[in-house]
Amino acid sequence: MTKNPLVQGAVRYLPLLFLALVWEAASRFELVSSSALPSLTKIAAAWWDLAKSGDLLDNGASSLWRLGAGLAIAVVVGAALGIGMAWWRPLDMALGPLVEMFYPLPKSALIPVTALWLGFGDGSKILLIAMGCVLPVAIGAYNGARSSDKALVWSARSLGASRLRVLRDVVAPSALPETLSGIRTALAISFVLLVASELIVARSGLGYLIGFLGSNGTYDSMFAVVLTVAGMGFVADRLYLLVMRRALAWRE
Amino acid sequence: MTKIVIDKVRHKYRPARGKPVLALEDVSLEVRDKEFLALLGPSGCGKSTLLYLMGGFLPVESGTISIDGKPIAGPGPDRGVVFQHFALFPWKTVRQNVLYGLERQGLAREKREAVAKKFIDLVGLSGFEDNYPSQLSGGMKQRAAIARTLAVDPSVLLMDEPFGALDAQTRALMQSELLGIWRASPKTVVFVTHDVQEAVYLAGRVVVMSARPGRVKAIIDTNFDKTAPDVLRSAKFGDMVDQIWGLVKEEAIKAQMGRGT
Repeated sequence: MTKNPLVQGAVRYLPLLFLALVWEAASRFELVSSSALPSLTKIAAAWWDLAKSGDLLDNGASSLWRLGAGLAIAVVVGAALGIGMAWWRPLDMALGPLVEMFYPLPKSALIPVTALWLGFGDGSKILLIAMGCVLPVAIGAYNGARSSDKALVWSARSLGASRLRVLRDVVAPSALPETLSGIRTALAISFVLLVASELIVARSGLGYLIGFLGSNGTYDSMFAVVLTVAGMGFVADRLYLLVMRRALAWRE
Repeated sequence: MTKIVIDKVRHKYRPARGKPVLALEDVSLEVRDKEFLALLGPSGCGKSTLLYLMGGFLPVESGTISIDGKPIAGPGPDRGVVFQHFALFPWKTVRQNVLYGLERQGLAREKREAVAKKFIDLVGLSGFEDNYPSQLSGGMKQRAAIARTLAVDPSVLLMDEPFGALDAQTRALMQSELLGIWRASPKTVVFVTHDVQEAVYLAGRVVVMSARPGRVKAIIDTNFDKTAPDVLRSAKFGDMVDQIWGLVKEEAIKAQMGRGT
């Protein structure tokens, strides 16, 4: 086996290329209806038109903004909540049952609720994503903080750290690996909620664009946006893994 | 001169499940200033618990423990701790670990760096300053932990089976180096171990504790000249180990029986 990372990467994604070829062939030779599955070349052409017209950029920007804002809120609130609950028992007792009840609720059920509260704009999407993503982050942070080694806490205390200082210098970094895993889960959920909510109640965004193009019967363009969202999700996850690996370099 | 006074300390250990266990019963002990004292006993005899009480990590519920005449209230930098499993901050390099306590003292940056370097050199870790603990061997990790503790210059050093997780060769090496460091600048050391040889070799006095609930069973003076290179094979050393092993053995058997019931 070769060690060249470029070659390794190419080999790894070979199945994807194969799938693309099958797709193209299936559509070209009319094995499936070309409106149900337009050929990739047609989709690429439609993508280029969408990009040139600015539709892709405008809607993409508004989707990214909602995603970023919702996730940012979830990360800040979730990490604080999780570490706080692990550190301070009364908070755990007060919020623990709420977390247990809210966790299994399908957050997509809240799409109409957030629309009712905040309308059709960015606010309802940001709130929905924040609500959907806060618990995976909080649970990761909670578990991570709970598992912080007692000897580390004691060491810091005997080296002169105050209790608050220990929270910052020992408990928070101990919680980091599991918090980062929780955020990765949240990242995946955020895409689901984004597209779902934009499909149902929105006047902009990539999800809205998919729904709009689909109901107009312009399936080449619809597929182009679907593949764009898929690509964005994939790239976001890969980039996040890179960041995560760097942040945890000390673990080897 | 007396450094630490432990007076009629009782301690109940309360597990998350099950009944509380009496870990220490009526322990009274005086630790002299700048002496090297070993706490020796079978596992489960409460010797680590006693150390944690001195460290201020566990609350003293019954009896008193005072240091320099003042009852202890929580952990503090006057008492440095070294744990069996090193307890280094895994996300900090060796240098950052050693600097941590110095930063809490609010020393100026150059001063901190100088002190850290001095103690990293002292434990023989020069060249590994920028390594993370995960990149070090067990012996090196414990060296780093000792440097981190010594750097803040505590007047008392509490060591909880610090060499218990190391292989035999590394342990022997670390023991003689620790003794060298202590001789060069004596501090009050309380050293928990279940290894009789280690206790006799390192300590000036050995406190033998009984099986649970822990009490002071005997205090043996082991303060004789141990600087000779073959001291471990001398008749005097061997006799002392035999004598103390006799005391510990009874308790170890009791501890075993206690576990059986």
